[in-house]
Amino acid sequence: AAAMSVNADLRRERAAATFQPELLTHILDGGPERTRRRKEIEALVLNDPDFQHEDLNFLSRSQRYEQAIRKSSLMVMKLREYGIADPEEIYWFKSFVHRGRPEPLDLHLGMFLPTLLTQATPEQQDRFFMPAWNLEIIGTYAQTEMGHGTHLRGLETTATYDPSTQEFILNSPTVTSIKWWPGGLGKTSNHAIVLAQLYTQGQCKGLHAFIVPIRQLGTHEPLPGITVGDIGPKFGYDEMDNGYLKMDNFRIPRENMLMKYAQVEPDGTYVKPVSDKLTYGTMVFIRSLIVGDSARSLSRACTIAIRYSAVRHQSELKPGEPEPQILDYQTQQYKLFPLLATAYAFHFVGAYIKDTYHRISGDISTGDLSELPELHALTAGLKAFTSWTANAGIEECRMACGGHGYSRCSGIPDIYVTFTPSCTYEGENTVMMLQTARFLMKSYTQVTSGQKVTGMVSYLNDLSRQRIQPQHVAARTVTVRINDPTSLVEAYKSRAARLVESAAKNLQAELNHRKSKEDAWNRTSVDLVRASEAHCHYVVVKLFTAKLAEVSAAAVRAVLTDLCLLYALFGISRNAGDFLQAGILTSAQITQVNQHVKELLAVIRPNAVALVDSFDFHDVHLGSVLGRYDGNVYENMFEWAKKSPLNKTQVHESFHKHLKPMQAKL
Amino acid sequence: SVNPDLGSERQTASFSVERLTALLDGGAEQTRIRRAVVDAIESDPVFSRENQYFQTQNERYEAAVRKAVHLQKKMHEMGWTENGPEYKYIYRALSGDVAFLLHRVFMRSISVLGSDTQIAKWIPLATQHKLIGSYAQTELGHGTYLQGLETTAVFDTATQEFILNTPKISAMKWWPGDMGRSATHTVVFAQLYIHGKCYGIHPFIVQIRSLQDHSLCPGITAGDIGPKMNFEHIDNGYLLLKNVRIPRENMLSKFCEVRPDGTYVRQGSQKINYFTMTTVRISLIADEVLTPLMKACTIAVRYSVVRRQSKLKPGEEEAKILDYQTQQEKLLPQLAAAYAFHFVNDYLQELFNRGYREIQRKNFDMLPELHALSSGFKAVITQHCTAGVEICLRACGGHGYSMLSGLPSLYTKILASCIYEGENTILLLQTARFLIKCFMAASAGQPVPPSVTYLAAVKHGKCPAKNKLDFLSPDIYTEAYQHVAVRLTSNTAAKLQDLIQSGVKKHDAWNQCTVQLVQAAKAHCHYIAVKNFAETVEKLETKAGIQKIMKHLCDLFALHGIFSNTGAFLHDGYTSAAQMDMVTASYLDLLAVIRKDAVPLVDAFDFTDKSLNSALGSSDGQVYQRLYEWAQKSPTNQMSPAYERYLKPLLHNTLSKL
Repeated sequence: AAAMSVNADLRRERAAATFQPELLTHILDGGPERTRRRKEIEALVLNDPDFQHEDLNFLSRSQRYEQAIRKSSLMVMKLREYGIADPEEIYWFKSFVHRGRPEPLDLHLGMFLPTLLTQATPEQQDRFFMPAWNLEIIGTYAQTEMGHGTHLRGLETTATYDPSTQEFILNSPTVTSIKWWPGGLGKTSNHAIVLAQLYTQGQCKGLHAFIVPIRQLGTHEPLPGITVGDIGPKFGYDEMDNGYLKMDNFRIPRENMLMKYAQVEPDGTYVKPVSDKLTYGTMVFIRSLIVGDSARSLSRACTIAIRYSAVRHQSELKPGEPEPQILDYQTQQYKLFPLLATAYAFHFVGAYIKDTYHRISGDISTGDLSELPELHALTAGLKAFTSWTANAGIEECRMACGGHGYSRCSGIPDIYVTFTPSCTYEGENTVMMLQTARFLMKSYTQVTSGQKVTGMVSYLNDLSRQRIQPQHVAARTVTVRINDPTSLVEAYKSRAARLVESAAKNLQAELNHRKSKEDAWNRTSVDLVRASEAHCHYVVVKLFTAKLAEVSAAAVRAVLTDLCLLYALFGISRNAGDFLQAGILTSAQITQVNQHVKELLAVIRPNAVALVDSFDFHDVHLGSVLGRYDGNVYENMFEWAKKSPLNKTQVHESFHKHLKPMQAKL
Repeated sequence: SVNPDLGSERQTASFSVERLTALLDGGAEQTRIRRAVVDAIESDPVFSRENQYFQTQNERYEAAVRKAVHLQKKMHEMGWTENGPEYKYIYRALSGDVAFLLHRVFMRSISVLGSDTQIAKWIPLATQHKLIGSYAQTELGHGTYLQGLETTAVFDTATQEFILNTPKISAMKWWPGDMGRSATHTVVFAQLYIHGKCYGIHPFIVQIRSLQDHSLCPGITAGDIGPKMNFEHIDNGYLLLKNVRIPRENMLSKFCEVRPDGTYVRQGSQKINYFTMTTVRISLIADEVLTPLMKACTIAVRYSVVRRQSKLKPGEEEAKILDYQTQQEKLLPQLAAAYAFHFVNDYLQELFNRGYREIQRKNFDMLPELHALSSGFKAVITQHCTAGVEICLRACGGHGYSMLSGLPSLYTKILASCIYEGENTILLLQTARFLIKCFMAASAGQPVPPSVTYLAAVKHGKCPAKNKLDFLSPDIYTEAYQHVAVRLTSNTAAKLQDLIQSGVKKHDAWNQCTVQLVQAAKAHCHYIAVKNFAETVEKLETKAGIQKIMKHLCDLFALHGIFSNTGAFLHDGYTSAAQMDMVTASYLDLLAVIRKDAVPLVDAFDFTDKSLNSALGSSDGQVYQRLYEWAQKSPTNQMSPAYERYLKPLLHNTLSKL
């Protein structure tokens, strides 16, 4: 489209903001220098003609895969050409190249290479690492099977050692054992790290990792004994060839088992690994990325919905006046502003986990792992909490855009389908919540037996002092000041304490009734998930509140304080039952909270557009006609639609094939 | 053969599945007719949806046109007519995957808005498909607010024509189905101007494509609006009009007419028209909203007894995921909601039939109530069911994300229902307006319609439940719902009055209360849904275990609603903290009870495998085999040019230069 001036509504919105968006952008990026560098890398990609292409919405899946492969190979070359090596900078570069979408080399770069580095012996690294680095070998990581995802011990693929030839024989003995889902497996990879149950000397030694060649170097044809392909169309991930892999008596040399830790000697003797706590760290790291992803995906959806709501005019608020911006309706503000506040909250949570991880990683090398179990438990829950919330929030943003939100040109459908799998992968969310709950129950037990707990669960220590009272812990009246974030943190703390205690008591009651621990756990799991949610919610409110003190610019701090209050109060309003039932707040106070939420909507309203501008998404990255920075929505929707595949010819071939014959006959 | 994990679930059903199916259909005879229609459609290869998940937008569109054309032949062959008992099952049997749905809306609008002469001229042409119609109301810039539409129709006395224009980009018609590629005619809604004066929105029949070669008529620009989340088979279109002239006779003139000299005449009452619009909202509930939720429940529940993961007890086999309380808590409330809303739909249908009979007798008294109920329930049911389908999707883990599960397309289709035929928030506010009005009237001792008489009986009691079993009493929970609905309505009414009395203008006061108003409207609908379910259960036959299982579902529906919105029930102390613990306990107990009948309860929906079109949900439970077979048919497994073009150079040392 021709260069157009910025839509007048958006211009007005930006002029009326009470703070400078750049300052907030710097906070989100972690300093002005990081912002500068991010924009530098962004420009590197967006100005590069090699990374231009047709709108992906108009391409078939095969074409989208093809585009992705093309860009991925260029990306690897250019990253090296530019000497970009910092993980975060690589992440930015990749994200700009693929516009936030997954790509076929993700598993090669993100799992295959790192696994070689951490689990291969020096000899294996010599053999595989450089070819893989140069992409002569493209690998993936094949863990999930058709019948098993969550429960790893249940994986069925077998690797049986044959000492006579010094080979492992790999088999997928059942349909359910077929490897299913690994990214890049379907069409791209010629090798895979396969997780299989190791059998040697007639005994099963549990899961181990094996490097398995799957396609012929040169022709890329599947090797004999290997059946491999794409698992078909999905909700999203069109660029990714998630694949299946079936192995029939496929032999690999003994040296292809990753043997830095466990080993199988030539005669078949199994050597146990020394225990490896580092895997904890990797999981924490990946989950911290998902928390950050939740924040970014929700931020993108909010940017689109809020800009569009400032451009769209509909109906009348006051008789006789022009149609108002839909962002002026209370119901629209009530849909969008709490989500905007949530996006900010999750940004700060993501940054906190990342920092904590880096701090503890430092500790790991010096041998202090004391904080790791808590961080591990916390990130499991936060991964689930933030991805569930963001998932629902993205859909609310789309709904708030009405009919046009449903069009692919809005960009929100794409954000949703790309994001929603994060509720499932890297730990299914309900399972994650229950992991956090397990930690909470353990902490509760410690507290009741007189020990002290530390870190984010330290509020449980207060429980022991409350034990004399027959009432719930939180029945002690906290004076909650609904205008003060610190006071709201206390209210969330009481709610978490009450739900943890209640789950623990229900669990104990079930244990008293039943023999099996597992059964009691299962029968309490709904309560346990609620307790974890309350705990995570408390952590988010606490971290958001803590962040406010770090902000020096007064205008920015003021607007962040409004958002923080909205986040905390909206959460109370939505979960009023918990606060009422525990006696933390009275009905009258809840009514005040509801009222204050509505007042905050009006307070935030003038800054809404500036607050999404601060996320600083480039239009290309946003991929949305509705969310364009210049707000020229309607003209560009028309331009976009003209490119639709159905519009390729003036008269569609169906007319000649079907319509005309029918009309002739009738 | 049937997967034994699924087969065993059917051995222990506490009720007769066949009888429940008949209940849902409205009698065994209806079941028979439905099955006959489904069978006739599914055995015809033209209607196959087998490769649907692999098709492009162009292919989907072409298939839908082919099916629509073939359907005419099929109906003739089978002796099905538009007034016959089979007709309503055809759409369900096709799973909506057919073109020309707007053609029917085109015909209906002519029947409702056209004069007798216009009906006599256009309806036969449309019936014989000499032309294909669409219905062009929504514009790029306007959907909800019809008065804001910008398309103009200016009457030219000299030539006795209307001149139609879309004067700016936002005035372009946008979204109408069948208009992008298929339609030859469309009903265009435009602002009528005579001698420079605007008379508001009126409908006009406009020909947009040649009946000879399908090319666009002069002054017309039209095309497809591009890819959407779903409805790839429908060519939703755009339409630009530039000085398009149509004869005076093409303005649909049952209610308003423009005389040759430009005199504007109003005639008759538009109230029937109003009733028709209201009816449309109800008519979409069964096919567009309940069916997808029922299908999603069927798929998710069956898959959850086939899928085994982790162990519940050490040493035992891995457990079916439906045995996990958390999985039950995701799926079973959706199942209960599907039944609850099915009965609401029955209730609304009956009410509308009665309303229709009254209107035939020129009695329009029921209209406001019908309008409020249809708006509110359209919003509440679409929203609830859309959320339900998404829960089912995510409850199926990774495999739910595959298109082959059938769940993504069910979801993307049902969610459109939250927007079309009235955006949900707007509809809830309409219901709220009715509630406030009735509440004020009731407080002043005036009579109000039957569905809202409860607003008059404001009681300030407390919930009388003493133990968790009390919460299985419909009186107890229905009254709790009633209490909440009354409280939210009366509080909002009071707040509105306060604001107005303090000098705030009426419309400002209204906007400041909209969040609360929406909550009140939802609470009202939720209350009626619970009450209706409880009343329905009471009337059911006690034989064959039907009443008992429906009672469980009714309890679950009601308690789930309380459990997930405890604040509303605790507020003002109607329910105590201790009682809320009883609710939770009863609710969780119910999950385990209904778990046993989960598979028979979805079997009773009676969907064929072809209509589910899901690798996860088929009635034989051969989930993994089917996933594997279907995946191999994917076009991505045919030769792709990507290898030769990009992968090969990549793998062959292009990079090792670095």
